[in-house]
Amino acid sequence: MLDKLVYTEKKATRDGFGAGLLEAGKKNKNVIALCADLVGSLKMQPFIDKYPNRFYQVGIAEANMMGIAAGLALSGKIPYTGTFANFSTGRVYDQIRQSIAYSHKNVKICASHAGLTLGEDGATHQILEDIGLMKMLPGMTVINPCDYNQTKAAAIAIAKHHGPVYLRFGRPSWPIFTPANQKFEIGKAVLLNRGTDVSIFSTGHLTWTTIEAAKALAKEGISCELINIHTIKPLDEKAVLRSVKKTGCVVTAEEHQRHGGLGDSIAQLLAQKMPTPQEYIAVNDSFGESGKPEQLLIKYGLGVKHVVRAVKQVIKRKKG
Amino acid sequence: MEYKFPFTNLLNMASITELKAIASQVRRDIVRQVNRAGTGHPGGSLGCTDYLVALYFEIMDRKKGFKMEGKGEDLFFLSNGHISPLFYSVLARAGYFKVDELATFRKINGRLQGHPATHEGLPGIRVASGSLGQGISVAIGAALAKKQNKDDKLVYCLTGDGELQEGQIWEALMFAPHHKVDNLIVAVDWNGQQIDGPTKEVMAIGNLKTKFKAFGWEVIVLEKGNNMKEVVATLKEAKSKTGKGKPVAILMKTIMGYGVDYMMHTHKWHGKAPNDELTVKALAQLKETLGDFAV
Repeated sequence: MLDKLVYTEKKATRDGFGAGLLEAGKKNKNVIALCADLVGSLKMQPFIDKYPNRFYQVGIAEANMMGIAAGLALSGKIPYTGTFANFSTGRVYDQIRQSIAYSHKNVKICASHAGLTLGEDGATHQILEDIGLMKMLPGMTVINPCDYNQTKAAAIAIAKHHGPVYLRFGRPSWPIFTPANQKFEIGKAVLLNRGTDVSIFSTGHLTWTTIEAAKALAKEGISCELINIHTIKPLDEKAVLRSVKKTGCVVTAEEHQRHGGLGDSIAQLLAQKMPTPQEYIAVNDSFGESGKPEQLLIKYGLGVKHVVRAVKQVIKRKKG
Repeated sequence: MEYKFPFTNLLNMASITELKAIASQVRRDIVRQVNRAGTGHPGGSLGCTDYLVALYFEIMDRKKGFKMEGKGEDLFFLSNGHISPLFYSVLARAGYFKVDELATFRKINGRLQGHPATHEGLPGIRVASGSLGQGISVAIGAALAKKQNKDDKLVYCLTGDGELQEGQIWEALMFAPHHKVDNLIVAVDWNGQQIDGPTKEVMAIGNLKTKFKAFGWEVIVLEKGNNMKEVVATLKEAKSKTGKGKPVAILMKTIMGYGVDYMMHTHKWHGKAPNDELTVKALAQLKETLGDFAV
């Protein structure tokens, strides 16, 4: 199974979003797109070319965009808002909370350039708190796909789901290792590799990192169960518990603060249902900085070697 | 003249006399709701009563019953959600829910939340409001959807004047003319008061007419926002200016607390409930025309 997790091509998850938005638009005429002056970054141009009358340029006014999206949604439209993750969440948290989440509006908040892999723009733009912010909102679905194909599939799938969704993706070119035209089930974990020694739960870009780590560990005789959690909320609790029951220890991996991210969701579940040793691969209460994505991932403890180390550590704790 | 509930059958056929009678009852409802809850915002509610009564009983083209999507009917959005006792009274008197439910205002397990919400499924409410500055954006979204759906009905929105201090308002005011959202009528409750004092002292909002015009809006100033005849005439004028490429704004000068002498010309009753004694005093000034809600 691990041998099959390879890639022949790299593309950005945001490109997958652009392709998925176009498909969603083809399938459902109620899909409307809005953007706050980042059409190029969000890869929304193909949708705009095809459906110019179903797109609204809002300008650099994200709060207004969220309100307009709520108004479109209550009238039966399925609005997709597009801007960077930072401006899709922290900047407009109250607008999302009141006009969208509390008001049960069917808005799809589509957020690019999340996390450290935004790179050179630095910490002002590298939001690492967005998963936490959004998963705390009652009724909000939170999705962080791992590659181009999964992001495309997610962008199509969210149109069929009634309710507010936060779809998080990123800037860099990244390995494509999940199948094209895959079926995307919101709230369903994806088993990438069966293993026996440790359960590694990953979301977003770091899913590829955990694959590389699992390959390195396999050479040392350590068998990793790899589970991709694209939907952080609602969490696929059954899949998590099933795996942890077998392996007895956990590593979580995400491009996010360790406070409030995927790791915390899993820890919360395990604390109640199956207390288990766990190690976090996540940013430890710190802002990012400028640099190349790969440099930043290493500096902030999100590299392959960090996953390898965490796995060995957690297995030791299990035995102890 | 005898007034009988419900007025719903009248819909768009109310006369000025009837509208005034409804407004008097709505003001009683406001005072009684806030008194019973012990908290709430009577000042702005009383000041905007004439506008909202005119809108629901004379101006808006409404369908019977409530559907969230509101296709084929005019829609209203309340941005300054704290004047909920007014909104609830008008919705109840217009037939969206039973008048006696007004007794549950701000009570636990009720649908009449402190600020309007959709969460409990109260008919007539389409979005939560209370955190200020968001309503115009939502109204724009609904207006855009009407255009998408080739629905020629209108969207109305009410905002406070102190609320204009929120930055999101100006994002919305910029958007609507740019995208020619000309099926939208925004009214500003220009009462010059906010919680901390007169608006010109707290944070002056300046020459509103010039500001709205500079942003590309069609602007009407309503000098007497508590004169029912003038409110109706202005709303009709505003309606006649829709569909011409520009959004329409009504800068509506009102008196906070209008109808209750001791609540007028002060910001002190913005967010304070009258006690039982003062409630009696207030109700003595407001004629019961449609029957008070039961307690």
